[in-house]
Amino acid sequence: MAESNIISPENLVYEKTSVMTDRVMHYCPGCGHGTAHRMLAEAIDELGIQGDIIGVAPVGCSVLAYYYFDVDMQEAAHGRAPAVATGIKRVLPDKYVFTYQGDGDLAAIGTAETIHACNRGENILIVFINNGIYGMTGGQMAPTTLPGMKSSTSPRGRDVSTMGNPLKITELVAELTGTYFVTRQSVHAPANARKAKRAMKKALEYQKLNKGTCFVEIVSNCPSGWKMTPAQSNKWMEENMFPFYPLGDIKVPEQ
Amino acid sequence: MKELRLMKGNEALAEAAIRAGADAYFGYPITPQSEVIEYLMRENPADRTGMQVLQAESEIAAINMVYGAAGCGKRAMTSSSSPGISLKMEGLSYIAGAELPCVVVNVVRAGPGLGTIQPSQSDYFQAVKGGGHGDYKLIVLAPATVQESVDYVKLAFDLAFKYRNPVMILSDGIIGQMMEKVELFEQMPRSNKEYEWATLGKKPGKNSVIVTSLQLQSEEQEKVNLRLQAKYREVEKNEVRFETYGCEDAEYLFAAFGSCARITRKALDMARAKGIKVGIIRPQTLYPFPVDEISRLAGQVKGILTVEMNAGQMVEDVKLAVNGKTPVEFYGRFGGMIPTPDEILEALEQKIIGG
Repeated sequence: MAESNIISPENLVYEKTSVMTDRVMHYCPGCGHGTAHRMLAEAIDELGIQGDIIGVAPVGCSVLAYYYFDVDMQEAAHGRAPAVATGIKRVLPDKYVFTYQGDGDLAAIGTAETIHACNRGENILIVFINNGIYGMTGGQMAPTTLPGMKSSTSPRGRDVSTMGNPLKITELVAELTGTYFVTRQSVHAPANARKAKRAMKKALEYQKLNKGTCFVEIVSNCPSGWKMTPAQSNKWMEENMFPFYPLGDIKVPEQ
Repeated sequence: MKELRLMKGNEALAEAAIRAGADAYFGYPITPQSEVIEYLMRENPADRTGMQVLQAESEIAAINMVYGAAGCGKRAMTSSSSPGISLKMEGLSYIAGAELPCVVVNVVRAGPGLGTIQPSQSDYFQAVKGGGHGDYKLIVLAPATVQESVDYVKLAFDLAFKYRNPVMILSDGIIGQMMEKVELFEQMPRSNKEYEWATLGKKPGKNSVIVTSLQLQSEEQEKVNLRLQAKYREVEKNEVRFETYGCEDAEYLFAAFGSCARITRKALDMARAKGIKVGIIRPQTLYPFPVDEISRLAGQVKGILTVEMNAGQMVEDVKLAVNGKTPVEFYGRFGGMIPTPDEILEALEQKIIGG
């Protein structure tokens, strides 16, 4: 069958959302960022809010997220995205605002900004990609690195007696009165990716209610940082990350 | 209608922010400038103009909130005092790099470290040389009166948006805490202008707006730097502001800024009473610095005494402007100490006239 016959409107069941640009992503093969981006972009698309949303990119692997989301975006200093998002939301209360942050950005250097934005109940969506490692700087220990997990700054494995314990910041923000919806998802398999998208879509819908911060953690992988193949990394994530960071809703709005 | 009031420097500055049509203020308490946010919270400008005021969890968060609001093309402001301004330096570097407009007030207290809450001018270097990482400049305005604190808020917003650059008002604990008669300008409406560089939501058919200071390619980052430098040359050409007094027949010259210039003016009067022909130049913009005027005056006078409430900072810029044409000496008190007119006159007589 000729190619022209395959690419016909009736055969198209899935297309790239216009909320993503055509720019080639810089992410490593097998990295979850691409899927996480796409799920968020599709959620924005389905809600029809491409022209009404402003995103804040972090410092870390997703520092260039603004090249891939076709929405207005600001690039924040390391860890400061929730503060930048606060500034945006306070002057544009009718717009949707989201941050997209990794674990080093959100749970180490930006802990204060994260906790306080959530505690104030800023009406923003925080998307938190947790892969337990600093990817961009080359695989150093993150606040969420598992006990015993090796990284370039914990080469013999994370020794919690000297290096501290992994921080479950998602459970922590769920305790705050200011958060409205807190959930932990993944994007490593199609069913999970769809659930993650539904969670982010719901979180954006909640933003209209002005009821507080919505926080979506996505437990993800880092084949390069973990020194594994993409397939190995997904398996390792299921066997090691998910038991420590169990998937599911942590705080849901009262019905 | 113009309005006369007796006001504390910090409160007058806060009132000026509301009247200048500011959209948002983000701050964190620190002595001696806490009256700024206290006044704003008390005044509740959301009711008067719609201006948003928020007490942030830190100076770092506050300056990044300013970044976010400024990135939307809004008139955003923060204020702090020296230790807090150090914390804001990261954000200021990003704001300068992303070419966003904002106003930052530093009600300077003495350092280093926690220092003291007493007034000082020891943040001059930090203010005029950039302060954070990278090659950038803040436009720096130095009020000497409560009136100028008010007027410079309006000027600062105008300059910030003209050049898309952060502007710092370098006040100090004296000007911030003292009360003076002040004439308030009329309430200006908040602007609803939509700037093409501002993130307001992607417009159909237009490219998305990206606010960033990141250019991974060196060639691109050099272009950003060249653009910034070209902008600073424009600022230097257009925005130099200073005040001179007694310079027409001056044989000697004082150089001083802010509150210290007022004390030095008193020393000038005392010197004139003794028959010493001395003038004063008071830079109102510390960056851009009045290089040409100081250079011109250097050709006229037998010596220049720079007086500061620090260990000698602006004196370096005075020396660069003078470029060896005439002797330049320094007198200063620091650590929160304030020089007296007698001390300054004595320094002039000993270091310049007798020197």
